[in-house]
Amino acid sequence: MRRNGARHLLSMADLDRDDIEQILNLTGSFAEVGERSIPKVPALRGKTIAWLFYEDSTRTRLSFETAAKRLSADTMNFSVSSSSVNKGESLRDTIETIAAMGIDGVVVRHRAAGAPQQVADWTDAAVINAGDGWHQHPTQGLLDLYTATSHLGDLDGKHIAIVGDIKHSRVARSNAIGFATMGARVTLVGPPTLLPPSLDGWPVEVTHDLDAVIDDLDICYLLRMQLERQKQAAVPTLREYHHEYGLTSARADRLGAEALIMHPGPMNRGVEIAGEVADRPNAVITEQVANGVSVRMAVLFLLLGAGREPVDESAVGGGLAVA
Amino acid sequence: MGSIAITNGTLVDGAGTRRADLLIQNGVIAEVGEKLDGDTIIDADGLVVTPGFVDLQVHFREPGGEEAETIQTGSRGAALGGFTAVVVMPNTTPTIDSAAVVRQIHDLSIDALCEVVPSAAITVDRDGEALAPMAELVRSGVRMFTDDGVGVQDARMMRTALEYASGLSHLADGFEIVLAQHCEVDALAAGGAMHEGEWSSRLGMPGQPAEAEELMIARDVALARLTDGRVHFQHVTTARGVDLIRAAKAEGLKVTGEATPHYLCLDHSAVASFDTVFKVNPPLRTPADVTAIKAGLLDGTLDAIATDHAPHTRQDKERPFLDAPPGMIGVETAFAIANTELGADIEKLVELLSINPARIAGIDDRHGGPIEAGRPANLALLDLDEQWTITGAALASRSSNTPFEGRSVRGKIRHTIWNGDLVVTNGEATR
Repeated sequence: MRRNGARHLLSMADLDRDDIEQILNLTGSFAEVGERSIPKVPALRGKTIAWLFYEDSTRTRLSFETAAKRLSADTMNFSVSSSSVNKGESLRDTIETIAAMGIDGVVVRHRAAGAPQQVADWTDAAVINAGDGWHQHPTQGLLDLYTATSHLGDLDGKHIAIVGDIKHSRVARSNAIGFATMGARVTLVGPPTLLPPSLDGWPVEVTHDLDAVIDDLDICYLLRMQLERQKQAAVPTLREYHHEYGLTSARADRLGAEALIMHPGPMNRGVEIAGEVADRPNAVITEQVANGVSVRMAVLFLLLGAGREPVDESAVGGGLAVA
Repeated sequence: MGSIAITNGTLVDGAGTRRADLLIQNGVIAEVGEKLDGDTIIDADGLVVTPGFVDLQVHFREPGGEEAETIQTGSRGAALGGFTAVVVMPNTTPTIDSAAVVRQIHDLSIDALCEVVPSAAITVDRDGEALAPMAELVRSGVRMFTDDGVGVQDARMMRTALEYASGLSHLADGFEIVLAQHCEVDALAAGGAMHEGEWSSRLGMPGQPAEAEELMIARDVALARLTDGRVHFQHVTTARGVDLIRAAKAEGLKVTGEATPHYLCLDHSAVASFDTVFKVNPPLRTPADVTAIKAGLLDGTLDAIATDHAPHTRQDKERPFLDAPPGMIGVETAFAIANTELGADIEKLVELLSINPARIAGIDDRHGGPIEAGRPANLALLDLDEQWTITGAALASRSSNTPFEGRSVRGKIRHTIWNGDLVVTNGEATR
């Protein structure tokens, strides 16, 4: 999508199937780069990317940094503690300050939904959403699609259950859209207290009974259970949650041999997933992390370096295209 | 001040629509008749002459928030919007919860372009803990009490306030003191940044369910029944809220309600832009609610259109949606939006914008018409058909957080006369 003349990645909803396939194909190329003895290409040499992380993140941040370095981009970190927000600088002043230093792209994570979209309204740089509140986490969605397709091939008609705290999950919102866009059947599984108040317009089915769907799944996608939900009385106890909605060993045994177990991390072993299950061969959780770097290379390259090798501009489609 | 003759206009004031000239002298309407002459002549051919509008809910931010608005700038916008009286909310710093602060508001209103009518808090500092000195406040002229944006959460406190207020009429020339409520049960609404529903779910935004409003309306209807008190429901936004008020009125309870212009034409889908100009409390609801609010205004369930004019500085609004303060400006655009969106004739609009709110606020001795000899000259002259485009930067408010930026509307205030003083002429404020 375009705002202010620049191209951004703000939401999975901005990408159609062609866009996603384009990104996944390119991800494959960059995954090969990652396997070289010197896993680095000059694709974004001279480009500057700023990290604007209003919310703590180690994994996503490291993944983006690794991706940027492998593309030879320059990076800078605008250190934002939550306290500096309280000190009163408006989000707009912050982004204008960073933009004044001369950047080509900015990767934004914020605890407030929509903040990356606001940043995109206020700057000419390309904006990549690295997670905004409960709203979207599109690069997570893309890396999950890449991981799933690399094992299962075409996702048309494949059945994925996204299990757990859908209501507060940006990963769930990105994946519900992303997997449905790629033709998969998406079932949301969780207690009513952890589902969004309305699912009007969502391309999904819903059940409160994980056992009702477990045998049929091609992918069992488990969400991190925020431990504070118990305090908010969204679930009575974590023990009960594990019993009703956790991927226990018994449930994992019922999954088909080819079915994938996925999780965005970090895991609460023993809560949403039995400790032993996370280490089974069909659990691709660390693979998701590895693919994250390649996906983010693809996204950074498409937004900041389109027109250069290794893809030609005409191949850059749809929502990420130069309009 | 010389006399003003308004000639060739069409008068609309609830006493029948008619063509007549007006002569204004010494701040009052001296004569209603034909072929009148004065020192200043306003040719009102093609214009409608109405009693000046009365806004039951504005935030002029003074004292305490002068960077966003002052009484001077807010009242200028109000005058440009055809208002000759506005009820200012007590959420200032300090809170309007004593006669001293009421006097301060009057002092600050010395250069205002319309009458500034202070409301006062129901509880001290609006914190719900202790009753404000209501008798003292009524003696200082206050007729409407409200804890404004927080609402009185505790049912016992609200009951006590209604009971106590019902014994103060003798201090108010027999007027029954009214308690205005922002209806929202904190237990359900706290933390929410928009209406809970389809869009909050999609956008991953914490929501405020319609039930948070409905529950407090239902509670206060019950308390109005219990205490025989007078309750005014501020900015009603939900279809079932309208139903509750309709039923309460059918029962004969002393309740009234208002709606704001933005609930006539905006719904929660606007938040998909994450533009904080659309953050407001109560939040923008569903299209079905919009339809119900309009129906409530048209069938008399809701008595008034009030703006909840809530200016915020650019820096305060340029925050993430979750963190930005709620509120929209509206005094200058209220008539145009209502005229364009409600589907009401001018007689009904005058009821909603002038006659009824003047009565609710207890200022109908001087506002809300009728247009007849001897009445204070508080008038608006309107062009019902003029098309114009709303631009925040062109509005008089110190802030520009209008949700109607770029919207094409129909109907413009040409002249506003307050106490015989031409405060707006040809669409320009005279001071």
